[in-house]
Amino acid sequence: MSQDFRLDNVGMVNREKKISFKFNGKKYFGFEGDTIASALIANGVHLVGRSFKYHRPRGFFGVGVDEPYAILQLDRNNERDPNIRATEQEIFEGLEVKSVNCWPSVNFDIGAINNFLKMFFPAGFYYKTFMWPPSFWYKIYEPFIRMAAGFGEASIKHDKERYEHKYEYCDLLITGSGPSGLASAYAAAKNGARVILAEDKPRFGGSLLTSDVNIGNQTGVEWTEKIIAELKSMPNVTVKNRSQVFGYYDHNMLVMSERISDHLPKTQKYLPKQRLWYIRANEVLISSGSIERPLVFGNNDTPGVMLSSAAKEYMKVYGVLVGKKPLIFTNNDSGYETAIEFKKNGVNPIILDTRSNPSSDIITEAKNLNIEIKFSYVVVAAKGYKKVKSADIAKISDDKKELFNIENIKCDCICVSGFWTPSIHLASQSGNKSKFNEKIDAFVPDKSKQQENTIGSANGIFTLEETIKDAFDKGFDVSNKITEKNNKVSVPTVVEKKSTDHDKFWCVPLPKGKSYKRFLDFQNDVAVSDIELALREGFRSIEHVKRYTTLGMATDQGKTSNLNGLQLVSDIENKVVPQVGHTTFRPPYTPVSIGAIVGREVGKHSKPTRKSPMHSWHEKNNAVFVDAGVWLRPRYYKQGNEGLFEASKREAKNVRQNVGVCDVTTLGKIDVKGPDAAEFLNRVYTNAWLKLPVGKARYGVMLREDGIVMDDGTTTRISENHYHMTTTTAQAANVLSHLEYYLQLVWPELNVNVVSTTEQWAGAAIAGPNSRKLLMKLFPDLDVSNEGLPFMGYKEADLFGVPAKIYRISFSGELAYEINVESDNGYFMWEKIMEVGQEFQIQPYGTEALSTLRIEMGHVAGSELDGRTIPYDASLEGLVSKKKDFIGKRSLNRSAFTSTDREKLVGIVPIDKTTSIPEGSYIVKDPKAKLPNPKLGHVSASCWSVEYDNPFSLAIIKDGKNMIGQKLFAMSPLKNKTIPVEIVSSHYVDPEGKRVRS
Amino acid sequence: MLYINCPHCGLRSQNEFAYGGDATVKRPELNKEISDQEWDNFVYLRKSPRGKHLELWHHISGCRQWIKVERDTSTHEIFKTYKANEAIE
Ligand SMILES: [Zn+2]
Repeated sequence: MSQDFRLDNVGMVNREKKISFKFNGKKYFGFEGDTIASALIANGVHLVGRSFKYHRPRGFFGVGVDEPYAILQLDRNNERDPNIRATEQEIFEGLEVKSVNCWPSVNFDIGAINNFLKMFFPAGFYYKTFMWPPSFWYKIYEPFIRMAAGFGEASIKHDKERYEHKYEYCDLLITGSGPSGLASAYAAAKNGARVILAEDKPRFGGSLLTSDVNIGNQTGVEWTEKIIAELKSMPNVTVKNRSQVFGYYDHNMLVMSERISDHLPKTQKYLPKQRLWYIRANEVLISSGSIERPLVFGNNDTPGVMLSSAAKEYMKVYGVLVGKKPLIFTNNDSGYETAIEFKKNGVNPIILDTRSNPSSDIITEAKNLNIEIKFSYVVVAAKGYKKVKSADIAKISDDKKELFNIENIKCDCICVSGFWTPSIHLASQSGNKSKFNEKIDAFVPDKSKQQENTIGSANGIFTLEETIKDAFDKGFDVSNKITEKNNKVSVPTVVEKKSTDHDKFWCVPLPKGKSYKRFLDFQNDVAVSDIELALREGFRSIEHVKRYTTLGMATDQGKTSNLNGLQLVSDIENKVVPQVGHTTFRPPYTPVSIGAIVGREVGKHSKPTRKSPMHSWHEKNNAVFVDAGVWLRPRYYKQGNEGLFEASKREAKNVRQNVGVCDVTTLGKIDVKGPDAAEFLNRVYTNAWLKLPVGKARYGVMLREDGIVMDDGTTTRISENHYHMTTTTAQAANVLSHLEYYLQLVWPELNVNVVSTTEQWAGAAIAGPNSRKLLMKLFPDLDVSNEGLPFMGYKEADLFGVPAKIYRISFSGELAYEINVESDNGYFMWEKIMEVGQEFQIQPYGTEALSTLRIEMGHVAGSELDGRTIPYDASLEGLVSKKKDFIGKRSLNRSAFTSTDREKLVGIVPIDKTTSIPEGSYIVKDPKAKLPNPKLGHVSASCWSVEYDNPFSLAIIKDGKNMIGQKLFAMSPLKNKTIPVEIVSSHYVDPEGKRVRS
Repeated sequence: MLYINCPHCGLRSQNEFAYGGDATVKRPELNKEISDQEWDNFVYLRKSPRGKHLELWHHISGCRQWIKVERDTSTHEIFKTYKANEAIE
């Protein structure tokens, strides 16, 4: 297809480079530098989508971030990107986009029937239409709404693109490179400040790209190019295009999304697709400009009705005509600029000006160019379904209430200008309470809340001369606070033709007998009648009106609709707009892709992975790993066709019969040092620590202040003032913070230091009846007899030339030792243990076998110490000292904690000795009791006892100590199982604890 | 994201810190006889004021020191930060 609406030799696109792309499967051509919107308009395509509610035809309304209509779905390298604004996305060779919210096609959309069923979709239709009968909700209403709603479909595939995060600091961040942004950046940079200038479009300059002005004897474009070139050459300045500052957060943290590769066919090597910048700025100048306000009239959503500034930008930047028979409908001078641009390009526009008798240089110029101007004229309604074909226009009375001489004139586009709305979003996000400026009928920022100032038209300054002067001053002032260099540059002279007067009229009354839809919110199909209805139904707060009608709640966040909505409410309510107030602006200013927010923290990079020094040995020996916090631990070592159950059973059995070795590197380790270390431990643990001799370990339990068990582990006295504490893998970080809290804040008088040594030591637990024989071979010079190294003893020795620490402690209830060596020697230690252990039938065992061993011994772990249990519940009351005070002790006196029928740890065995009991099952007396069946407790951990070869579980049940011998039921509604069980002692194996002491 | 002036490290981003709650709560002395009410007040009851609040933060990914931060809970303004044992003005 040829580009019938492309102008020759006008615009900034690269005519040398023709680019082909596909829209809804059809091939089109554009030029490098085109957006999808400009390229489609060049090809005469104006129908790109369907509206959200009524599925009315949608074209292009704007030319940038404010676009409410042209939301498309993009396919790029087999990736799918929904919610793309056609006015922002640049075309590249092979680009494929399609319309959303229409089926089967944008030209013939079945949903458009909604347009004829309007009476079912009034304001608040979600709350009205879909209420009754209730049974319809799941079956009919919800599926229907889900099918009809949404702009595009997100891909369910993993996004292979790369996204990065970057942290940056600067003296001054400037958000927008229009005249005020450029001027302030230049002034601040020349004054030595570290400046970041961000521009969301590919081209710098903002309104200077399209306005017919003169700065320092240069055109706006020439001046922009000069300033940008100079800024780029300065080492203290970062200039970024395609970068949207979308959020203003606390303490002057702003977030910017940089689109690095979205305009390219493929992400380049070593570059991300997008980069999210977290910028901490000392000062911020918000120069985000303003967005033209629509005028409201009948069928003002018809494709071909667009903002006059957009029409001008399509001509001046892209060399594209939005129509060849344009009607300009304006209440201020901005429409004249667009009209003159049309005229210069050989197209005859007609201007309808709502004002009766305005005058300015630009109006004189338009008259001199013989442009047809009709004063006190309005568009009553656009005509045409998929594209504007004509317009009903009329003369309007001076009080703007009555229409005369309604006539129909041919046109193919209607360019509207209802004056300008400052983009105060960032200032508002910063906490700046805005104020209403009567002169411009819009909100502008009030007093700065954080270190932010708003400049240019974002601050309601609409003359270029004032904008430039103010921006130079602000750039100097804020930079001088920081640099104190006093280097002020001179302000250039400015020539501009248009005046900044406007008519406050914005909404054309309906002619008698007509019921045209006059839209306020183009994306969510909110019309004047919807707001009127909401107010009639009693909604008053603008926040309620917004939610009830969905005004301003679409993906464009009402950039073009908010103010007109407020005007309407204030007109009906007879209030002034500031009394109505506006709704809250929240980040993001424009949609941000989830990928950019997530950055590199995706998949296995979503958290760090920690591996023990023996990890590669486990890998080589068919270990199947399990996540234990951020650690990877061997769950079991697979032999042949074994599954988890067979392998863990074999490994656990081998520990009970011969000897096994388990990697316990992941256990938390904390060095506790200082003359008051013993006293400190005595306050931290529930049991007594003052008399523990050097060379001995002790098991300890620590509580939170509320009496709940926090963690358990052994701590060994290495020397007089040095203790080696171990914690569970999961609680290691919390325990360290806990200890630091008490040392730094509660008992600063204690002379103790704590530091994590988890990663300094590699640990191997050797367990089983053969473990002493193995130890004798590993440490031939050491006395490892029961007398030489008794239970809970500690020795240091040499392991084939490597210094090692030997703790006689046990997780498994077997005779066991834990050997620690420096992490670098961990692999060596492990290999030696396996090599020497061969003659004793050693096998490595994983966490699953470890669990089996500890469960059948009745040792509590994380599943019992679940943040709800006090020592008594976990049968740890024997470790609670009556004599001394410690953290959490006072809580144990609370009445609930001293009641005698508390839930307590027990063992349970299925009566049939074969059915495994699912973890989490409830224990009940009568499985057939009326619901809710009283619950006696729950199953905390289950295993297959290798000692007795039947299932065994631990459970915490009410009055547990008096329940031994009772026959009850374990019920798992999730697994749909009811299992008769017998309550037994939690110490299922070796209840006297003889083995660990053997 | 807050910008917290750690008295040991200087201005650091909030994501290096962990929040530690009300800094004005004082733990009852060890071995002291106190009523259930006093103990409950210490363990459970916290004020949640709107406005100035002295709170604990732990510079967990930095110097690992617990610090006190005087912050406005509604505006997030930070007025002053203190070392753990520093006198509060
Ligand atoms: Zn610090």
